[in-house]
Amino acid sequence: MKSRPPIYGLLAEFHTPEEVLAAARRTTEAGYQRTDAFAPYPVEGLAEAVGHHHSRLPAIVLGGGLIGCLTGFGLQYWSSTLYYPLNVGGRPLNSWPAFIPITFEMTVLVAAFAAVLGMLALNGLPMPYHPLFNVEQFALASRDRFFLVIEATDPLFEKEKTRRFLESLKPHGVYEVEH
Amino acid sequence: MADERRESKYAPSPPPTPVLEPGHTFASVTDKISTIVLTRRVTTGWLAGFAIAFLLMMMLFYALAMLFLTGIGIWGNNVPVAWAFDIINFVWWIGIGHAGTLISAILLLLRQQWRTSINRFAEAMTLFAVACAGLYPLIHVGRPWVAYWLLPYPNTMGLLPQFRSPLMWDVFAVSTYATVSLMFWFVGLIPDLATLRDRARHIVPKTIYGFLAMGWRGSARHWHRYETAYLLLAGLATPLVVSVHTVVSFDFAVSVLPGWNATIFPPYFVAGAIYSGFAMVMTLSIPIRKFYGLEDFITMRHLDNMAKVMLATGLIVAYGYMMETFMAWYSGSPAEWFMIVNRMTGPYRFWYWLLIACNIVIPQLLWLGKVRAQVFLLWVISLVVNVGMWLERFVIIVVSLHRDYLPSSWGLYAPTKWDWATYIGSIGLFLTLLFLFIRFLPLISIFEIRALVKETEKR
Repeated sequence: MKSRPPIYGLLAEFHTPEEVLAAARRTTEAGYQRTDAFAPYPVEGLAEAVGHHHSRLPAIVLGGGLIGCLTGFGLQYWSSTLYYPLNVGGRPLNSWPAFIPITFEMTVLVAAFAAVLGMLALNGLPMPYHPLFNVEQFALASRDRFFLVIEATDPLFEKEKTRRFLESLKPHGVYEVEH
Repeated sequence: MADERRESKYAPSPPPTPVLEPGHTFASVTDKISTIVLTRRVTTGWLAGFAIAFLLMMMLFYALAMLFLTGIGIWGNNVPVAWAFDIINFVWWIGIGHAGTLISAILLLLRQQWRTSINRFAEAMTLFAVACAGLYPLIHVGRPWVAYWLLPYPNTMGLLPQFRSPLMWDVFAVSTYATVSLMFWFVGLIPDLATLRDRARHIVPKTIYGFLAMGWRGSARHWHRYETAYLLLAGLATPLVVSVHTVVSFDFAVSVLPGWNATIFPPYFVAGAIYSGFAMVMTLSIPIRKFYGLEDFITMRHLDNMAKVMLATGLIVAYGYMMETFMAWYSGSPAEWFMIVNRMTGPYRFWYWLLIACNIVIPQLLWLGKVRAQVFLLWVISLVVNVGMWLERFVIIVVSLHRDYLPSSWGLYAPTKWDWATYIGSIGLFLTLLFLFIRFLPLISIFEIRALVKETEKR
């Protein structure tokens, strides 16, 4: 295991989404990679500004939908033709039009589970403890404040230099984040 | 007084009323909505309402206990009317649920911003309505303790359910709908639960909300995935909601009974579901905005839009009634035509004409802008539509069943006190859940209102 830096990182506080967006862009331009921004609502372009572009989530949901679809149809096909063939009024055993509603419902069900669980898993949630919660001011991230963090594991991170850089972004405060 | 001023200001042909009253900031919307949950004391009004709802729920449990002890003989159902209150209420409740999904999913995809302040409790309403709906088929199966036989699972009996039956489709549709609605609602709640966690002062609510918020911290990366997930869920819920009531209508349309066997059923059921659902959203939101002083968030614009959706879907329902009648005549089938004549002039004619009055005649008042600007009138109309949609299911189910092809098997149906106790009790269950929801969770999506604050500023 790599030795852990003495602090988690430095956190800067902003009051408007425009400020944090500009600051995040400048931080990424300055070459910082292990950064993140925090907002009380989804700010357009903020994820891209901290270098997050593509999400694997749509692919996961598509996969979930396909699994649900095949499971739903497969279950009905198998039970109606192989496991328990039942002649209903001389209709074909594989009466696929009658299988569509359940196939559809299963598709939606598994895809929805994939969307929710996939989102949580990719976000690393549930995560009851996070160093950022040690900063008292951070509680306002769910109310009306915007934050930008540069983690200490970033290759360019040097405590004093990074602090000066963050202060040049005109924040309303810069805080050290303890582990 | 304040109300009257606000209303008269925007009546009758307004400059477009905002979806959020101006002058709000991120902090003010957060505080206003979260204090309802966190710091506001339990009011006598809430306590009284909750007590009544809770008593009604107890009545439901009593009726259910009697049912399990005695059997469904305590109900009025009997051949030929084997489906009665249980299925009427099932369809009624599940229809009510549909507006919540429509508001949260379809209006999201259509980028209708006015949905924001009503989507949370509309979704909660969906959830509670589906809970009430799900109860009925379970207790109607007669032996609810083996209701799990409806699910396909490997068992020692070597049996699997009949997947070609619409009743099985119903099991899948309703359980999928309940699950997806719950997930959609919970995902929407996560950021707001984090807000409550950060704003709560006492350790107990802080721990509970913190546990439920799962460590949400509003990271930009998280928001990005969150929005993707939310949008995909909306995209999935949209066809789902249409499919659910379609499948419910198949329960009837796939049979050969006159009055049920109609191809118009799926679209007309879906429209009816949205109609009744919006009526219920209106019935609930008008008192809630009044008691909790949320007129800034649920503005006249919302009520006006909901009234318009009701009017539009009500007209689709009216078209459905017309087509049912027309096809009965045009098909040339004596049994179909007899069913319509019996519906209009038979023993249950009063309920049919009351249904037409409630669902078609009275809601036409909504064409008038003046009516849509009167909160109380809107509330009354929404109640009338709720009653009308219940009567619609009564007419479709009981009136079609009581006289079919064979006059020798005709009969009349009357509900017993247990039918009524179960029905009214389920309203109690619904209201109890709703009261608890209003007390313990933010009834308006805070983070979406924050985004709306930003939008309003830009204008």
